[in-house]
Amino acid sequence: MANLIGQSFRRKEDHRFVTGTGQYVADIRLDNMAEAAFIRSTYAHARIKSIDRSAALAMDDVYAVITGEDLVGKVGLMSEMESHCRLPKHIEDQIKPIMKHNVEPVLATGKVKYVGQNVVCIVAKNRYIAEDAAALVKIDYEPLPAVVDPFEALKEGAPLVQDDLDDNMQAYFHLPVGSWEEAVSKADHVIKGRFTSPRVGSNPIETRGVVASYDNRTDFLNIWSSTQMPFEIRHYVAKLLGLVEQNIRVVAPDVGGGFGPKGGLYPEEVLLAYLAKQLKRPVRWIEDRMEHMSGARHSRDQIHDLEVAYTKDGTILGVKDDFVLDVGAINYFALTCAYNSAAHFRGAYKIPVFDLTCRIALTNKTPNVPYRGAGRPEVVFAMDRIVDLIARELGMDPVEVMLKNIIPAEEMPYSQGMYYKDGGELIYDSGNYPEAFEMALEMSRFKEIRANQEQWRKEGTYIGIGFSSNVEGTGVGPFEGAKVSIDPSGQVILHVGSSSQGQSHETVFGQVAGDVFGVSLDRVTVKNGDTVALGYGAGTYASRSAVNAGSAAHLASVKLREKMLAVAGNVLEIAPEELTMQDGVIFAVSQPEKKITFPELAAAATPGMRCKVPEGMDPGLEATHYFVPPTVTYSSSVHAAVVEVDIETGFVKIRNYYIVHDSGRVINPMVVEGQVQGGFAQGIGTALYEEVVHNENGQLLTGTYMDYLLPTSMEVPVAVQGEQEYYSTRNPLGVKGVGESGAISTPAAIANAVVDALAPFHVKIDRLPVSPNRVFDLLQDAQSEEVIMPK
Amino acid sequence: MKTMEITVTVNGKKRTETVETRMLLSDFIREQLRLTGTHLGCEHGVCGACTVLVNGKAARSCLMLAVQADGFAIDTVESLVREDGSLHPLQQAFSDNHALQCGFCTPGFMMTLVDFLQENPKPSEGEIREAISGNLCRCTGYANIVKAVEQASQALAKQGG
Repeated sequence: MANLIGQSFRRKEDHRFVTGTGQYVADIRLDNMAEAAFIRSTYAHARIKSIDRSAALAMDDVYAVITGEDLVGKVGLMSEMESHCRLPKHIEDQIKPIMKHNVEPVLATGKVKYVGQNVVCIVAKNRYIAEDAAALVKIDYEPLPAVVDPFEALKEGAPLVQDDLDDNMQAYFHLPVGSWEEAVSKADHVIKGRFTSPRVGSNPIETRGVVASYDNRTDFLNIWSSTQMPFEIRHYVAKLLGLVEQNIRVVAPDVGGGFGPKGGLYPEEVLLAYLAKQLKRPVRWIEDRMEHMSGARHSRDQIHDLEVAYTKDGTILGVKDDFVLDVGAINYFALTCAYNSAAHFRGAYKIPVFDLTCRIALTNKTPNVPYRGAGRPEVVFAMDRIVDLIARELGMDPVEVMLKNIIPAEEMPYSQGMYYKDGGELIYDSGNYPEAFEMALEMSRFKEIRANQEQWRKEGTYIGIGFSSNVEGTGVGPFEGAKVSIDPSGQVILHVGSSSQGQSHETVFGQVAGDVFGVSLDRVTVKNGDTVALGYGAGTYASRSAVNAGSAAHLASVKLREKMLAVAGNVLEIAPEELTMQDGVIFAVSQPEKKITFPELAAAATPGMRCKVPEGMDPGLEATHYFVPPTVTYSSSVHAAVVEVDIETGFVKIRNYYIVHDSGRVINPMVVEGQVQGGFAQGIGTALYEEVVHNENGQLLTGTYMDYLLPTSMEVPVAVQGEQEYYSTRNPLGVKGVGESGAISTPAAIANAVVDALAPFHVKIDRLPVSPNRVFDLLQDAQSEEVIMPK
Repeated sequence: MKTMEITVTVNGKKRTETVETRMLLSDFIREQLRLTGTHLGCEHGVCGACTVLVNGKAARSCLMLAVQADGFAIDTVESLVREDGSLHPLQQAFSDNHALQCGFCTPGFMMTLVDFLQENPKPSEGEIREAISGNLCRCTGYANIVKAVEQASQALAKQGG
């Protein structure tokens, strides 16, 4: 019975956060703890000729100055995250991928490959002294030609980023769905366009950080990291240092935001573990923001060369895309973002033919990893921009073309004729996209805006409305686990394998478990982010926790509930089927006086001579479940942006914004709305402000918050939300993921709205961000037109 | 390294401490006083996570040296909760309105707002947005923070009057 699911409970985690008593990694202080600082590469590509550390080592209170050469043979090389790189055989057969093994040492050896790469680590009494020592280390570099442009990188004879590879094309695949030639032959028009989503950073307000300590007696390593994937860190630290996994505990304490790039393995996690053991003292490293801008991984950075075949009534027959992903100096996540781009390209549109070729280019830049949306915002931008272009070519309203091509509700579940990267067939399980679109039209008062636009323009006010839709595979596996038990006090204790960076796990999973046990939220304690609590875990990323950890929590709780009823039946001498539980008491439905409380039951199940657990069952009140989803479940949303463009300054003001989203069954509406609004805010950054810029030598030009603009309260309005609740058919709760959906369509909707506002000037937006200077430039050369190739 | 003795009134209690002259106020608060509710997000004065009250006015503790605070009163997020354990109206409002997700930027927002609501007890939405425009939040998209400030200003008005 669902009492808790569906309610907007105030969060259990809030009290410690609002009182300043949370514990983030920088708040951990251990006895005798030293601090580390890194010297990072100031070159994009250079040979390390020599490193002179003598003056630094001579300083008081400096405990170690470590270079990459010191670690050769002692610390393994970082490379692809295996769990994210495997492809099922049938996908390999379809897309014939090339994926080359690539590596990065935890400290550079021989050469540096990007600005921000870790070169030297200094451990000292505190960070101030460590940085003093860093200033005394002399590194002699011999600059090498830097590969900055991904197209240049892919040319024959380009300087190699990874010396062991033959060229800079780290990965490649080709996905054919239907015949492109046939689509072209049936089409009246083929439109072409190049769409660029530049490099951005996730910029959680808490930077990264690691604390490591080693216990000699038990040969045990403790690692605290502001990571999204504690279990993966444990695995790789063990692997790279040659240790036993179960002699390592990784804790993700309170983590101040992640959004993707806090996933994966970082050099500092491995190195601090190594140093804590070597130096026999705890070591802490807290990333500063300057380090974060270059050393924490970036994302997006895709360039799509798109062709779309369509008929004169606006029906899209096929899409052909040739795209390049600039992955930086090493690809840790194989085809994760690139294949996401392929799987989400057509979104809510019914497009029978799809032909995509992807090349992943190595360049001398910070590695590129998944960030909120992970390959989706890029293609939604490309797709919805070109749909808008088609409409304007045909003299139709973009909304008309979007609706003409949207997947009709009666065709659900709908197959896209390809596989999702987890191996499942790409079949949308539930949803109603035309209905969502109609809701967005209604909410945004589309007709009213269209009716008034001309008049506003006459008055000098340029207002436009733009739309974008997306369908998102959420809740990707491989699995997530939950272990639930009844404490002697009667409290329900739930451990989940996926940890929080702000997603409200303690509340939301408490609601899930509380409903199964019939207890209020305060009687459930949710713990997460600790590798000793569960045997296996994956992590929080890819809009997956509610689906995977939520389902695991539910099913583990169901298992335990059944056992509790069996034990209670044994104690009360009554058939378990006649029992139920409410508010921490198990009782017979027909005879409520026959009852036993949770603490009494916990005592009765304790191992020993008095144990009342029925024969054949293990003692104790504890159950574990690992949920393995059959494939992803598809959430969706339609965004409508109403913007006003100042044609003098190029500034884009968002007047109103609407998001209709289907997140399946909603566990906590307040949390879901918060996720959507938060994703939307990051989408605004991507749409209008954010861009990581390197110069032609690979130098980072956006290394501070003075150069890299994040949206503030002045730029982010309230996104008015409309909700659909089409339950997922692929998990017992009916939930879908929501973490990323707010970010995916925002850039496309805003870009379309800007184009619409500036319709009299016929501007063409094919690149993000739509910053004031870019709008100004577009207005300057407003005469250019997109290429239309008659067939 | 040069040191200096300073006396500061921290969350109402007078403390005399010896500090390195180069130590940031933020590091002094976190590392020496062990008040870890004040967070560091950028250390170049943009994100506002480290905001505390210096003599009652909101200030970025990453842009001050500890020695500059000699003789001053410093209030941090730890000062907000009442002696009986009840929450300050801002703390309550942030929680009630889901105005925080990861919680990392929250102390900086609240300290900015303590000062702001003293100056402007009945702010408009636009004034609230402007007041918090020097604090970055990457999780919430600000909407619920604005709502929380509206609730807190009403609650404070009731308490005051």
